[in-house]
Amino acid sequence: MPEAGTEIIRLDGAEKHFGAANIDIIRLDGAEKHFGAVRALAGVDFHVGAGECVGLVGHNGAGKSTLMHMVAGTLMPDSGRIAVRGHVEDNYSVPRAQQLGIRCVFQELSLCPNLSVAENTRINHTTLRGFGWRRKAADLIAAKLDEIFPGHSISASDIASDLSIGRRQMIEVARAFTVTQDPLELVILDEPTSSLDAHTAGQLLAFVRRFVAGGKSCILISHVLGEVLGNADRIVVMRDGNVVASDAAKAFDRDRLVTTMGGAEAREKIAAKIATQKPETGPLRVRARPARQEDGNELVAHAGEIIGLAGLAGHGQTDLLLAIFAAAARTKTGIEVTAPVALVAGDRQSDGIFPQWSIAQNIGIRSLKRLRNRLLISPQREAELATFWQRKIGIRTPDMNNNIFSLSGGNQQKALFARALGSDAEIVLMDDPMRGVDIGTKLEVYDLLREEAGRGRTFLWYTTETEELDNCHNVYVFKNGRIVANLTRDELTEEKIIQSSFGDAA
Amino acid sequence: MTAVPAETGLKASSERGRLARARLLRGLLPALSLVLVLLAIAWLNPRAISYFGFSLMLNLAIPIALATIAQMFVIAGNELDLSIGTFVGFVGCVTATWLKDAPLVGVLILLGSICVYALLGALIYLRNLPSIVVTLGMSFVWQGLAILILPKPGGKAPDWLLSLMAFKPPFIPFPIIAALLIAAVVHFGLMRTSYGVILRGSGGNAAALSRAGWSLLKTKVMLFALAGLFGVLSGMALIGITTSADANIGNGYTLLAIAGVILGGGEFVGGRISPIGAVIGALTLALAASPLLTFMHIPPDWQVAANGAILIIVLAARVLISRRER
Repeated sequence: MPEAGTEIIRLDGAEKHFGAANIDIIRLDGAEKHFGAVRALAGVDFHVGAGECVGLVGHNGAGKSTLMHMVAGTLMPDSGRIAVRGHVEDNYSVPRAQQLGIRCVFQELSLCPNLSVAENTRINHTTLRGFGWRRKAADLIAAKLDEIFPGHSISASDIASDLSIGRRQMIEVARAFTVTQDPLELVILDEPTSSLDAHTAGQLLAFVRRFVAGGKSCILISHVLGEVLGNADRIVVMRDGNVVASDAAKAFDRDRLVTTMGGAEAREKIAAKIATQKPETGPLRVRARPARQEDGNELVAHAGEIIGLAGLAGHGQTDLLLAIFAAAARTKTGIEVTAPVALVAGDRQSDGIFPQWSIAQNIGIRSLKRLRNRLLISPQREAELATFWQRKIGIRTPDMNNNIFSLSGGNQQKALFARALGSDAEIVLMDDPMRGVDIGTKLEVYDLLREEAGRGRTFLWYTTETEELDNCHNVYVFKNGRIVANLTRDELTEEKIIQSSFGDAA
Repeated sequence: MTAVPAETGLKASSERGRLARARLLRGLLPALSLVLVLLAIAWLNPRAISYFGFSLMLNLAIPIALATIAQMFVIAGNELDLSIGTFVGFVGCVTATWLKDAPLVGVLILLGSICVYALLGALIYLRNLPSIVVTLGMSFVWQGLAILILPKPGGKAPDWLLSLMAFKPPFIPFPIIAALLIAAVVHFGLMRTSYGVILRGSGGNAAALSRAGWSLLKTKVMLFALAGLFGVLSGMALIGITTSADANIGNGYTLLAIAGVILGGGEFVGGRISPIGAVIGALTLALAASPLLTFMHIPPDWQVAANGAILIIVLAARVLISRRER
């Protein structure tokens, strides 16, 4: 492997094309990166060939994002070198990467919320200027959206902040594939489907396959292993800042991937476990009818149940969760709530986290009554609560008094779960909380949910990942703000959900 | 199956239609408040609604509008300028002294002060300083310099400036034409040009912009330099109207400018600003500030307090409408 570096030919000028097919679009040799004392990358060799879709998997903190930031030019390695199409790039940067046709769709949404869709497109294209640039930008993005997501219903003049998180993600993906002056060779998709429903995710992955078939390249990072297995040509597995495996996708199956990634064991048969655990019907906790429901369908949850909310993204699941949350404080017609409620937000940056606060404070905020000592908050009780949940849920940090942003995304989400589970809430509402969380964390949290449900807590769980519904006792499928199907554990299949999501509203 | 996306599309577009209507309503709010103030004036004193009346009432609106636009550029980049008022005063003092007596020196001083503004932008970005602190400090610097130049009220505006500000076009009063011109120029520059998008984007999502390869230093410097430029124009316009200067002449402009931006539909963070709204906001404030209150026979002692009350009422109405958007 190290010999590969010596083969790189340093050339200046416009030389090209010698056995172009064999030359990698990008190659990193011995890339190393430290952030303070933390070693994010330990001398990684990584390459992507032309016409190849490379799947990149690993737990949060394995170094995937750092590696991709290097490929995109937003981070420079401390040591090691980067070569694009055989040229060593000494001053690699974002503009250079763009010139060379390398783009990245970052995991955190990076649209300007105050700008329109067309204006957001302009930001990525320096050549969209001069007379008529608005028209050109609008046509460019509209054409690409039509190509990737037929029937998307997004207008180029929409302001980004008016759109749902799923639509914003669609725009970002489409924007990365738009071409003006610079060529397009390689697109990095970091969790591109995390906010998309199954239908649009399918459209995107189909497009990626067409894109790769056209001789271009793609790096696909996803925590949904099925997506990677089904769409990548080659899979690279990372762990603790190293590449631990790199092999044709056919050589992997789900179990081997999970084992290679390390950490949690593969557990397929959650379903069976749930079925045997099906609780006695406890007291009624929630009875709710969506505002736009016309027939008699309603959501009913008893103590100890995990209820799933499924369907295409943005079809009223979140609205109903928020309505239930509001109904707990103030009586609302059509919704009956009989116990305290806590909400685990899905968009954790805007709805979940208090950015200036420590981890312990972020966990304690839902339980202030209990932490109070007369008029003041007892730091001791706050610390106790935090330490208890740090141990129970496994938040990886040396000190719970550190700022919440010192945690990785998955651990931030765990802190939000700790906030809800550490409170007195008997009903926990979850608004697609596992977005962008790695599988190890997910499995840990699933276990915890089942345990808590066993103790009589009720969970209402909206998720865009069909796999997660396996954890639920009962699944309600939403369409256009209405409940269109109520599936029990045994009836639950992906086809059935998709069928109900698209079928006629009852 | 093919009908399905169309149907979901319909739902999405009605949802977005609602949002667009709410935004339109918010966009119309500044104009609405201006109309309300005008109606009140017309009711209290019908004779004020005339060519001469408007020329008189809106006289001071031009410098206020220019200062508001200056503040808007700073707010577009998620910063706040607490020095714009004393800066306008400083420019006024330079205009009434150097610019008349030694035009070249005067021009150099004014250009230099724009450069200082640009450097402040660079400093705020590079050292990651809170702009409120930096500009609050600068407000004392400008005030001190103004007092050095003009220890007691006096000086005289250059003749060309006097004649420009005394310009009387047919039919439409000069302040209205000037306001339309300012609004149109800034709207085009900031809302329609391709670099204006980048400037606004730096307030919306700075990280995204730098990832796309844009220099945030450059955008910040640009926004502050534009603020400086419009501050200079504001100070000059002010002296062209008042004919002589005073070191404290612009002190009230800091808050008027901030209020004008917010009244005009802008927001403190997120790069959400509207040049046309800001100019309308400035006009509203200029009218509400003194003509309206005088017509209401409110004694001058109470006018400042009444002014503040009007501000609170109008901004509260804006918040109510913004909430409906959610």
